[in-house]
Formats: sequence, C-alpha cells, structure tokens
Amino acid sequence: MGLRRFFQRRAADADLTRELEAHLAHQIDENLASGMSEEEAHRKAYLKLGSPRRVREDVWEWNTVGLLDDFLQDLRYAFRTLRRMPGFAVVALLTLALGSGATTVMFTIINGVLLKPLPYAEPDRLVTVQEKTEKATQFGNLWSMAYPNYIDCKNETHSAVMAAWRYSGGTIAQPGAPEYVDGFQISSDLFSILGTVPKFGRAFLQEEDKLGAAPVAIISDSLWQRRFSGRADAIGKPLVYDEKTYSIVGIMPPGFRLNGDEADVFTPLGQDASPVLQNRERHAGINVLARLQPGTTISQARNELALIGLHLAAEYPKSNAGRTFVAEPLRAAVGDVSSTLWLLLGAVSLVLLIACANVANLLLARAVSREREFAMRVALGASRGRVVRQCLTESAMLGLIGGLLGVALAAIGIRPFVKFWPGSLPRAEEVQLDWHVLLFAIAVALCCGVLFGLAPALRIPTRSLENTLRAGAKTIAGASRRLHASFVVSEIALAVVLLISAGILGRTLLRLSSLDPGLNIHNVLVSRMALSAATLEKPDRIRSVWQEALDRALSVPGVQSAAVVDTVPMRAGFNQISYWRTPAMPLPTQMPLGLATSVTPDYLQVMGIPLLKGRFFTDQDRTGNELVAVIDDVLAQQAFGKEDPVGKQLWIPHNVSPYPSKTDAADAVLIVGVVGHVRHWGLANDDESGLRAQFYYPFAQVADPLLPRWSQLMSLAVRTNIAPLNVVEPLRREVRGASGDQVLYQVRTMEQLAASTLARQRFLLLLFGIFAGLALLLACVGIYGVLAYLTSQRIPEFGIRMALGATAHNVMGLVLRQSVGMIAVGAGAGIAAAFAASRLLEHLVPGVRATDPLAFATMVLVLIIAALFASFIPARRASRVDPMKALRQE
Amino acid sequence: MGKNKPQAAQEMLQGTLDMLILQTLIMGPAHGHTIARVIEQTSEDVLQVEQGSLYPALHRLADRGWVSSYWGASENNRKAKYYKLTAKGRKQLLAETSRWQQMVEAIGRVLARAAE
Repeated sequence: MGLRRFFQRRAADADLTRELEAHLAHQIDENLASGMSEEEAHRKAYLKLGSPRRVREDVWEWNTVGLLDDFLQDLRYAFRTLRRMPGFAVVALLTLALGSGATTVMFTIINGVLLKPLPYAEPDRLVTVQEKTEKATQFGNLWSMAYPNYIDCKNETHSAVMAAWRYSGGTIAQPGAPEYVDGFQISSDLFSILGTVPKFGRAFLQEEDKLGAAPVAIISDSLWQRRFSGRADAIGKPLVYDEKTYSIVGIMPPGFRLNGDEADVFTPLGQDASPVLQNRERHAGINVLARLQPGTTISQARNELALIGLHLAAEYPKSNAGRTFVAEPLRAAVGDVSSTLWLLLGAVSLVLLIACANVANLLLARAVSREREFAMRVALGASRGRVVRQCLTESAMLGLIGGLLGVALAAIGIRPFVKFWPGSLPRAEEVQLDWHVLLFAIAVALCCGVLFGLAPALRIPTRSLENTLRAGAKTIAGASRRLHASFVVSEIALAVVLLISAGILGRTLLRLSSLDPGLNIHNVLVSRMALSAATLEKPDRIRSVWQEALDRALSVPGVQSAAVVDTVPMRAGFNQISYWRTPAMPLPTQMPLGLATSVTPDYLQVMGIPLLKGRFFTDQDRTGNELVAVIDDVLAQQAFGKEDPVGKQLWIPHNVSPYPSKTDAADAVLIVGVVGHVRHWGLANDDESGLRAQFYYPFAQVADPLLPRWSQLMSLAVRTNIAPLNVVEPLRREVRGASGDQVLYQVRTMEQLAASTLARQRFLLLLFGIFAGLALLLACVGIYGVLAYLTSQRIPEFGIRMALGATAHNVMGLVLRQSVGMIAVGAGAGIAAAFAASRLLEHLVPGVRATDPLAFATMVLVLIIAALFASFIPARRASRVDPMKALRQE
Repeated sequence: MGKNKPQAAQEMLQGTLDMLILQTLIMGPAHGHTIARVIEQTSEDVLQVEQGSLYPALHRLADRGWVSSYWGASENNRKAKYYKLTAKGRKQLLAETSRWQQMVEAIGRVLARAAE
C-alpha cells in the first residue's frame, strides 16, 4: 500500500495541485459573491489559504518511503556517474559479464541436469524397487528384479502400485526400409504410474499385458513422424517389428523418456514368452517403478516389501533365499556427470572471483580519487551510512547490469555448450534458462556487487574531514595501497589454482594418450548387427548366419580380416566370469573374476593384440571338441603367478559358464594361449578398475541356449587397409542377409572408441584451459591496472628521488620490487590452494595424479612471466618520468 | 486567523478533523472547499479548517479507503474533486462518533465535579 502510494506520488501531486487551484477558485468565487472587488477577492483568498506548496510538500512527504527514495536517488546518481566514465563502465561490465555469463551457463546445466525434478507427475512419490541380496559382490548387493518376483510383489503389496519395464530393441521391417530401433517392453500400468498418457490412441490394457494376447505396440512421436509422416490414421496400422506384426494402439508425446532414454517402440512386457524372463533364478532383470499409495511413506513400503521378501524366500528357497526387496526414491539417471559439473562450476566461480577483484580494484582507485567528494558530502551533512549506501548502490548496480549481460551471454552460449559436451549430456532437454537460473544469476550479481563495492565504501572518511578536504587527492593514496595489493595477491592466487589445475589435466591427457591401449586401434571398424527373430530361434542358424556374415565381410574390398566379438574393448558393456584352479569350488564370493569375451579365431588379427604364448583359437575349437580358453597376461599373473599357464586348466562354475555342459559340475577349460592385456575400460580408467583380468573363449563353444542372447550383443569387427569409414556402406549392403533384415547399427571405429574414453578429460582440459587463460588475462590486467595507478600516484615521489640522484634503473627497481612482492605472495598462496585443488581433481577425474611437480612448476613460471610483463610497462613509464615536470605536478 | 478565536480550535486534533470530514460527507458527496465551508459554518466559525490540514487529511482518508474521490463539475461550473463516503468510512464514522461521545461524557463528568 505504502509502495503503491510511493510510486503514484507524482500523479497524486499533480492531482492535488489541480484540486488546490479549484479550492482557491471557489474561495475567490465566494469572496466575489460576498461583494468584494476582484483584487480584494484574490488577495483574501490567498491570505486565507496560505501556501499551496506547503500542502503539496506535506502530502508528498507523507507518500514517501524514506529508504526507497534514497535508493532511487542513488540509482539515478549511479547511472549518471557511470555514464560520465564510459571507459571504466565498459571494462567493468565486460569483465563481469564474462564472469557471470560463464557461471550462469554452468549453473543452468547443473539446474537442468541435477536439480530439476523428474518430468513425471508428483515425482517425489515415485520409487524404484530392486532385489537385495545378503552378500555383496563387487557390483554391490542390489539387482534388478526377476519378472516372477515382480508379479508376486505387485500382487501382494498394498503400499504402492508397481509397474515394470525393460530395454529392448529390434528391426522395423515395415513400413519403410529396415531400421534397427530402440524399444521398451513395459507393463500396462507404467504410463498411468508415471502420469503420462499417449498423445494419440491409448496405453496398453491390462488384458494385453499377458502371454498370448494380441500383439499391440505404442510408438514414439519421432517414429510416427518418420514412418507415418505424422498422419492420424497410423493408429490401428500394422508395424512389423522383429518379424512380428503389431497393431499400433498409441503414439507417445514427443520427448518422453524412461530412465533418461528415448525409444521408438513400446510393447507389452507381459507378452514376452522368453524363458529368461519367466525364470526366477537365471533371469534377465527388469526395472520396477512404483508409485506410493496416497498417505503411505516410503518406510512403510520398505517394511512391506521386506515382509514379501521373507514370504518368497520361504516359498522359493532355491532362488530367493537371502534375497529381499527394497524401495528407493526414483532419481534421474545422470551417471557420473555431477562431479564434472560441480568441478566446472567451481572453476568458473574462481574466474568470477578474479573478475570481481578486478572491478573492486577499479572501484577502489576511483573511490580514492573521489575521497574529497565524499568528504565534502559528509561535511555538508550526509550521514556516513548514507554515503556508504550510495557507494554500495553504485557497485550493486554495476554488478546487476553485468549479471544481466551475463544472462544474455548465457542464453546465447548454453546450446552450443550442451552440444559440445562429450558423448551426450544426460537430461540435456531439461537444460533451459528458467526462473531458478535467473534468480541465481541475480543473486550472484548482487553478491558480487556488494563484494567489490564494500572495500571502497568502507574507505569513506569519518574523522579528520578537514584534512581530507585540504589535502590533494594524490597524497592520500598510500592508505589504499595495502588493499590494492591484497586484491592483486588474491587474483594471482586464484589464477595460479586454475593454471595448475589446467596444467595437471593437460599432463594427464598427454600421459593417457601415450598409453598403449593393448591393441592396434587404427583401421578397425566395429558394428553391432541385429539378427532377425526367426534366425535367433535356431542355434545352428545363428552360427551359420555369423559365419556367413564373416565370409561376406571378407569379400568387401578393403577388408583384410574379420571377426565376431561380444564385448568390444573401450565400448560400454562387459561380461564377467569367475574361475578357480581346482575342480573343488569355494564360495562364489571368494572366486577371482575376469572379463569374459567370446570371439572368433581372427579376433587377434583384427584387433592387433599380441600373442605372448601358446596359440589363439582355430576353427577346430568348437562344440564337441575340448573346451579351450585364452587369457591375458594379467589373468595369467593373477591365476598362475610365474608358472606357464599354457596347457593348464581352469574351472568355471556351472552357473556362470558360457560353455555347454551336461552336468552341474564346474567346466574344466584348457588354457591354450596368453595374449597381451587390452585396456578394456579405456585409456584413463583401466588401471584403476578392479576387474582387469581377461578371459577369451571361442564363440563356437558358446552353449546353444545362450546363443540367442549372445547374438543380440555380438559385434562384427573388421580390419581394413583403407580408411575404415569407407567400408561402412559396402559392408552394410553385403551383410544384409537373404531377407535383407540384418542391420548394422552403432558403427564405430576403434579410434573413435579410444578417443571417447578420454573425451571427459579432453573436455575438462579444454574448459580449464579457457578458464585458466581467462584468469591469467584478468590477473595481468589487474596487476597492470593497480601498478599503473599506484605508480601514477607516486610520480611526484619519483620526481624527487630522481632529482636527488636516483637513476631510471633505481626507479624501475622500486616499482618492480613492489610487484614482485605481490606476485610472490599470490603465487605462494595459489600453490597451497592448488595442492587442495589437485587432490580434488585426482579424486574426481580418472587418470589424474595429484603430485605433478612439473605441472606446478611450469604453470607458476607462466604466471610469473606474464605478471612481470604486465608490471614492466608501468615500471618503465615510471623510470621515464621527467623530474622537473613531476615536481611541478605536486 | 482570528486572534479572538479560542486557542483549542486552532489545534484541532488530527483524528477529530477526520471525523468531521466524514460527518460532513454523510449528507452526500462534496469537494474540499464545500467540506471546509460546511465545517466552519456548522461550528459557527469556531472551527477553522485550513487547506494545509484539510487536504493531507482527505488524502489520508482516501488512502485508508474511507472516502472515494472523483472529478466532477461544481455548482458554479468549475472542475472540482468530489469526495464520497464509502461503506468502510461510514462504519468508521459510527465507531469514531460513539468513542467521541463517550470521551466527551467522561470529560464532562470529571469537569462537572471540578466545578462543584
């Protein structure tokens, strides 16, 4: 109310003026009517009414909110001051805009990726349900659910509604050309639990979520656009997906994601008849989502699930003993980006701090030259608080304008930045400038404004006004010298932290890139290949299809050798196996583990992996012949120490063995060769991985029941003698198969895969490099500005010194000594802080080693040289002072 | 200002003026000059309303929502700002009046005893 009055007081005043005029006119009328002369009537009326200005002032004052009025006055004044010094304003605003723009970009990403709630209805009521075993392996004790367990939990629980989903994928044969697409198998109530509805058509019905129900599918908006050109009559049309004809019943809204992933085809999970799904013991896990019933807490749901777990353990001891179910709040699947993001926000904040220090320096220099102005104002009756407030208003406004410019920069920069992110940024679609970001930017801007405004504001004089007023501005500079120096010192320290961090990352990247991946990554192409569903039904057919694909691949010009492999090095995905050196098995948790890879005989040749001992597989290593394996030197060392492994045996427990076996006993496998270690986890991560030992077994000896699942993962790998990307199209045509539905997807060169394992380090290095460069530049500008300013204040002093016999060298030394002091203290503090920063980097970025004296030394040297260069210019100017002129200046 | 007027009349209590204005407006909308005139005449010129206190008071009353205002033509065809009692103002007037009566009676009783 008061505020409304405040902002309308100008209009109210105009109104009042007219009203008072009317009053006067009425009084004159009245006086005239009572028979006075014209002149007398006017005079009497004025006498009676007194000064209208007094009335207006009273009302105006009553309408005024004191602090606010001062504030607006300060704001106008600040605008005028800034306009009078455009050079200063431009430099300060540019510095701030850069700093806050970069900070805003980082915060926008953090807000979108980490802070925003999930895009489902009431996401805080959603939980995930997992199986939990008593004993943990190195992958923890949480597992995805078995479908039968899910069904039992769903039917027995009262605290939540459950739904299940699972990744799938397949080839769409019709309509259009064959294409491999990602899919989800979902239970019928998944969408209702998430609070999503298809934008056209409907969700699955409960009776469609059962074995033997009519095949129905829901498709994504993007598939609908691609294959049906967005026509409404797509509902009810057939979709040939993995050789089954589905009837389309719904179309999802664009941008729908499960676990952060998009897919094109949704099919009912309950229709999947595959044995791995129906098995309680060896199962392909499913993901379970649940919405808590209204009024139910997550701990109630947990208690109930634990109880159901006990029931099921009693009922199915073979599979469920020691197994229970747990609910956790649903979180966005963002992987490990959070550490990278916070790291970058930290780095960018340092740049912002340096920018603030720079602006503070500029403001301080100005405040010193304005000291007399402030003293004058205090002398004229302004309270100290009032002048401090005015100073802070000025700097806060500077901060705010800089911040808004920064937001504009961020708005432009955010999309390119997200695109530039290595791989793909999870939840990238959520990254947008919104109110949270704007609030953050404004808060940061105001904080900065106050931060760099405080120092000059607190210099406003209280005592000895007359001294200040009497003195020239130049003679009072000394008092601020220490403050200036401390700003420069902190700028240098911050820049050192960023420089050393960038140096450490750079050295890390150099070291990692020079590591031997264990294979020859040049001229190798790998690609997944989707087999048709009909093929997957018959093991013999699977084997012959792969053999045929290999033969055909070899006929492509440029292809030297070809192999089939399930888990490609440096690509996501792995299989593990446990083994023992005797047939008598210990507890499963005590057995050593290895990465298991099934390959065809030419794999070694394709990948260029060195054979160290014995032999690799031949065509004779197939089902029916002796079970064989090849191990890498890490597994050889782990299992056999110094002994020669070739000719020795390993025993693989029945439940993890990929080999065909007729009994429940462990499979005995003959080691026929030893090969070099391959950095399966990538150049950066392999050394730190707990699971490095490698175990190769022939694809020809994979047990028949496992073949369909294996075949869904297998990739074709070829070594070429031309640029590998040039064989992609001929290869695609050649392996298509008789019915044309064997589709290559996820085509990559090994060089791409190797580079992608360092993408994060490279990306961090680039950004830290940019930040460090910016920091160095700002710090140098800062040191230059301060020295130039301090030197200009000391020119009379230099004049005297020179008149008394000091040489140009002496004067230069004087200035440089001052700057060397600041640089040394700053660098010292920076090195100490950089130690902490390097520990953090080591902790967060794979492959980084914190103790890197070379990086420390180089980067500190870079800074010292740059800073000395920046201080050299003012020093030289000081040494060229003409003593006569300088003295006259005093 | 007449020197022969009682001292008290010149220093009208602030709340009192508000009450008098509201009372005046009970007879219908009026502009500032009329309000002042009516108060002066009704009090037989004991109470003098200066525009220095009248207009700030009107401004305050409007701000509290006790009167509303509009621009209109006055009896001698001049533009004038008219004030009108609102429902809220009417209630306020009743409350003020009864409080004022109580106060006057109370003071009257005290003074009556003093006069004995």
